[in-house]
Amino acid sequence: MPDPMPVDSVGVVTPQTYHFETPIELACGQALEHYDLVVETYGELNADRTNAVLICHALSGNHHAAGYHSVDDRKPGWWDTCIGPGKPVDTNRFFVVSLNNLGGCHGSTGPNSTNPSTGKPFGPDFPVVTVGDWVKSQALLADRLGIECWAAVVGGSLGGMQALQWSLDYPNRLKHSVAIASSPRLTAQNIAFNEVARQAITSDQEFHDGRYYDFDTLPRRGLMLARMVGHITYLSDASMGEKFGRELRDQAYKFGYDAEFQVESYLRYQGERFSEIFDANTYLLMTRALDYFDPSYEFGGDLSKALAKASCEFLVLSFSTDWRFTPARSEEMVNAMISARRKVSYAEIDAPWGHDAFLIPTPRYTDIFTAYMDRVAREVGA
Amino acid sequence: MRADLEIIQQWVKPGHHVLDLGCGDGTLLDFLKRERNASGFGLEINPDHITTCMNRGVSVIEQNLDTQGLDNFEDNSFDIVLMTQALQAVRRPDKVLDEMLRLGNEGIVTFPNFAHWRLRWGLALSGRMPESDALPYKWYNTPNIRLCTFKDFEALCRQKGIRIKSRRVVDGQHQNNWLARLWPNLLGEVAIYRITREKTK
Repeated sequence: MPDPMPVDSVGVVTPQTYHFETPIELACGQALEHYDLVVETYGELNADRTNAVLICHALSGNHHAAGYHSVDDRKPGWWDTCIGPGKPVDTNRFFVVSLNNLGGCHGSTGPNSTNPSTGKPFGPDFPVVTVGDWVKSQALLADRLGIECWAAVVGGSLGGMQALQWSLDYPNRLKHSVAIASSPRLTAQNIAFNEVARQAITSDQEFHDGRYYDFDTLPRRGLMLARMVGHITYLSDASMGEKFGRELRDQAYKFGYDAEFQVESYLRYQGERFSEIFDANTYLLMTRALDYFDPSYEFGGDLSKALAKASCEFLVLSFSTDWRFTPARSEEMVNAMISARRKVSYAEIDAPWGHDAFLIPTPRYTDIFTAYMDRVAREVGA
Repeated sequence: MRADLEIIQQWVKPGHHVLDLGCGDGTLLDFLKRERNASGFGLEINPDHITTCMNRGVSVIEQNLDTQGLDNFEDNSFDIVLMTQALQAVRRPDKVLDEMLRLGNEGIVTFPNFAHWRLRWGLALSGRMPESDALPYKWYNTPNIRLCTFKDFEALCRQKGIRIKSRRVVDGQHQNNWLARLWPNLLGEVAIYRITREKTK
């Protein structure tokens, strides 16, 4: 944690666990009898309860979106660049709620939680959850927190999909849906990358059909490979080129297959670190939730028909070098909204960092995000 | 009140769904939303204007007419398509006019008149490209690459079978001017046209 604490930081935050006793029915047909959701909140809920903003996380995210957990924390939450006093999601005006989704591995009930019927971790018995299931659980969390209507539901990437799903499933419970660097459904290429990641994990000898907890081991190699592949899709060719180029770790080629290029050693390091802190079953589950997401599916592929239910206003943002969820994917969403006569604003932000750009503050991104959220705040009297 | 806003407002019915091509900072859409309860979108490419629109609650889409066209909009999906002071800045105004009337029942177009007497006079006397309130740029940095006169525009409409329902002429400050109404192509600085497709017989 920096000393002194920056004035635009939410400071030291403590997550809270909410326990739910009522079973939740899931899209797959199964139910979770009871479950926990781990939540962080920043800012104050106003007297009218109109200023709440829900933050939805992406594939490897969690509830820790902003601030620090302790004074010893080196890094703040994953979206600290956009959440805090005076930042786009201004905690002086909004009550910000960020949770770890069901199936996650950071405290909310997921594959690494204990299955009450066996006394062992769920592992592969944990049901495959969908974006719709997450939104349902988030609505139950909103009930618990006394929030009838969100001022905005905001997310990047997979988080943006949740923001879109909210507008369809609970049209009267949000005023604004903000989908950044997101997509209305995955392309074949997107699914293909997810499949490579899943194959890497499930073919690891230590995976044990997802019951690695029982063997006191982890499918580290598989998860590392999955993360390495994923990581490449989060960056752009140009940003990787700028960061690593063809730089070698030593002066000359060694004519072997160790990590000789800086980019190799970086990917290995990222992958290894990730394989220690993230649950492989959760990774499988999150990628599947991505694959399945397609609100147009029950409308013959016509997203605009699905959007007929929505009544909130939308902000859609894309980034010029994002090749995971290209600007064209965002425009697909926007065009469906236009066709459904929903209120939508859209901008494509020029940024060199690929998909990761949604986590990196650039002047135009910050300006637009701030301008839009300022208007949301004015509207709800925050 | 700007005379052009007042005039355009009269042609927009309550609850109309409108598309504003080159919506700038969203002044017109904001005005139509408040005065006419109009819905719709603005298209814009200037980043600062887009930010301003978003902050004032005008639905704005970043889209470039020259490079992206309007293919993403469906036929007859708007009551009115507006284009104020932007026709002269696109590469193919003729095609944009076709698109306007594909998307909407009616179009409203405003542009500066290159045949205004002050511009004619300036060019005749100084031999330099004219500048005015409506055209405050140098020849080399002007975004206005397709300047025309009222007569040019009307000839194009005739050629395309576009019917001009109304024409109002204002001065560079968008104020009404009776002289301009009398002799528009010489004395009018900005025209506001209301156009529609010629009915097929």
